[in-house]
Amino acid sequence: MSAPAPAALPPSLPRLVLNWLRQDKRGALGLGFLLLLALISVLAPWIAPYSPTEQDFSAIFAPPSADHWLGADDLGRDTLSRLIDGGRASLYASFLAVGISALIGVPVGLIAGYLGGWVDEMISRVIDSFLSFPAIVLAIAVTGALGIGLTNGMIAVGIVFAPQLARLVRARTLVVRNELYVDSVRCFGAPTPQILWRHVLPNTIQPVIVQITLLLAAALLAEASLSFLGLGIQPPDASWGSMLARAYQNMEIAPEQMYPPGIMILLTALAFNLLGESLREALDPTMKGH
Amino acid sequence: MSLSRNGRAIRRRLVQTVPVVILATFIVFALLKLVPGDVAVTLAGDNASEQRIAEIRALYGLDRPFLVQYLGWLGNAVQGDLSRSLLSSEAVRDSIARAFPNTLLLVVMALVLALVIGIPLGVIAASRRDGWLDRAFMAFASVGVAVPNFWLGMLLVSTFALRLNWFPATGAVPLSVDPGSALAHAFLPALALAAGGVAEVMRQLRASLVEILSSQHVRTLHAKGLSPAAILWRHGLKNVSVNLLTVIGLLFNRLLAATVVVEAVFAIPGMGGLVVNAALNRDFPVVQGVVLVMVLVVVAVNLLTDILYSTFDPRVR
Repeated sequence: MSAPAPAALPPSLPRLVLNWLRQDKRGALGLGFLLLLALISVLAPWIAPYSPTEQDFSAIFAPPSADHWLGADDLGRDTLSRLIDGGRASLYASFLAVGISALIGVPVGLIAGYLGGWVDEMISRVIDSFLSFPAIVLAIAVTGALGIGLTNGMIAVGIVFAPQLARLVRARTLVVRNELYVDSVRCFGAPTPQILWRHVLPNTIQPVIVQITLLLAAALLAEASLSFLGLGIQPPDASWGSMLARAYQNMEIAPEQMYPPGIMILLTALAFNLLGESLREALDPTMKGH
Repeated sequence: MSLSRNGRAIRRRLVQTVPVVILATFIVFALLKLVPGDVAVTLAGDNASEQRIAEIRALYGLDRPFLVQYLGWLGNAVQGDLSRSLLSSEAVRDSIARAFPNTLLLVVMALVLALVIGIPLGVIAASRRDGWLDRAFMAFASVGVAVPNFWLGMLLVSTFALRLNWFPATGAVPLSVDPGSALAHAFLPALALAAGGVAEVMRQLRASLVEILSSQHVRTLHAKGLSPAAILWRHGLKNVSVNLLTVIGLLFNRLLAATVVVEAVFAIPGMGGLVVNAALNRDFPVVQGVVLVMVLVVVAVNLLTDILYSTFDPRVR
């Protein structure tokens, strides 16, 4: 524990976070759900009742029971265990895709906004044309080119989402680059990469954090779509999307199999969106009261 | 005077569209560059004959420089030749011509549903701001944005098609053959597609109405004794209808994306099934053809909404 800070200093980060969560129940709810999900994913090998790929032919399409809380699938695999394992894959996939789009989108946006002129003009047109593609369709095409599989699928989603971040960062950078403090470090002869990294980036980061949170929800839905279509995760591994694909094939025999993965996708996407909207209001004072 | 200024705005918008379209075609062609290894060998598949590999090499002109390949492909595409499927050797243009109407029917129907359901809910939410109905509708909108469309489609099929037998479960009927049956087949998938659109329309409409209704101008009308309903109708909705145009342009792009997955659930032979099967089998001419047509449709719709926007909105004019 550190000594109490004088009142004049801005409150510490943990305190700011606590205040935000106390004021906005949506944010707390979303963050709490996601942390719980992350914890379950990390502890999956220890808390899942069965192995996610263990087949028990006496349990095929077993209804929910004490042995199988959520029943079992068409190969007699425990649905709860697969749901826990699939959540791991789905979350990993979402973070991978959004990580890739941040790695591409943030530098591109910084460069376009900071350099301006014909560089900006060119990059902006490229961003415009990428944004004209229906996202999932382009992701399907990129996956088809790279080869099917979860990692390739998420690289595709990352590439497709990158222009959204680039556009946002560019717009913020246009404002920040004319601020006095950026002008002054430029006058002191600081190299451009250092100006971008140390002075411009930190001042564009808040809207980026918000957008990344919202993109995580979109990436989760994109992963579910690609895996549902057979372009994402490959058997015997499971993600929530591929579990829905199996449930779809057996919809007439065991319709209840489609509820657990669908509800988890819905709740997780909802949690990311709630967190993102709550962050937007907390980080952007002009949004207060909306 | 104002008409010529509007004409100039439209011309500027048209000029801006040109580089976007050219870049989009380049992106579509450059997808080929993402194929790992020797493109011809990879696309030909396992155990392909030397002759087959040579055919594919010739199809894309793979031994020539990249830019020459692109221009050759673009030249053909401009003339409406999108090459042939590597699997069925059917002309890609014919496959798309058969699939596109099914997809378009779904997207248009979903758009109509999104507006028909979303507009009244948005108006009610805005006129009862912060009341329990407003909160309930906004919570509903949050769920609408987060729900996977294809899962909603599965729920609808299992309930309304398999259990209750109200609607056909799968397939599509061309509108020209039997309009009634075509609409019945398209209803459930369009409803599944519309969920996110309903939420989007509701949120946008509520936000812009709330802004207008709390303005000075509207407060004056209140003071003059105009009834709330008249204010909402004459001054709120009239101003908001222009914003809706932008939402429609945006929605069209999203619906065109989401329909790809929803079509799979309802086994509709549309653009989705075409592109997914092609991607699974690395049937690249089909992948490129579908993506190209879809992006051109999106650009055209955005152009159209922008032109309408500048025609109707006095501020832009």
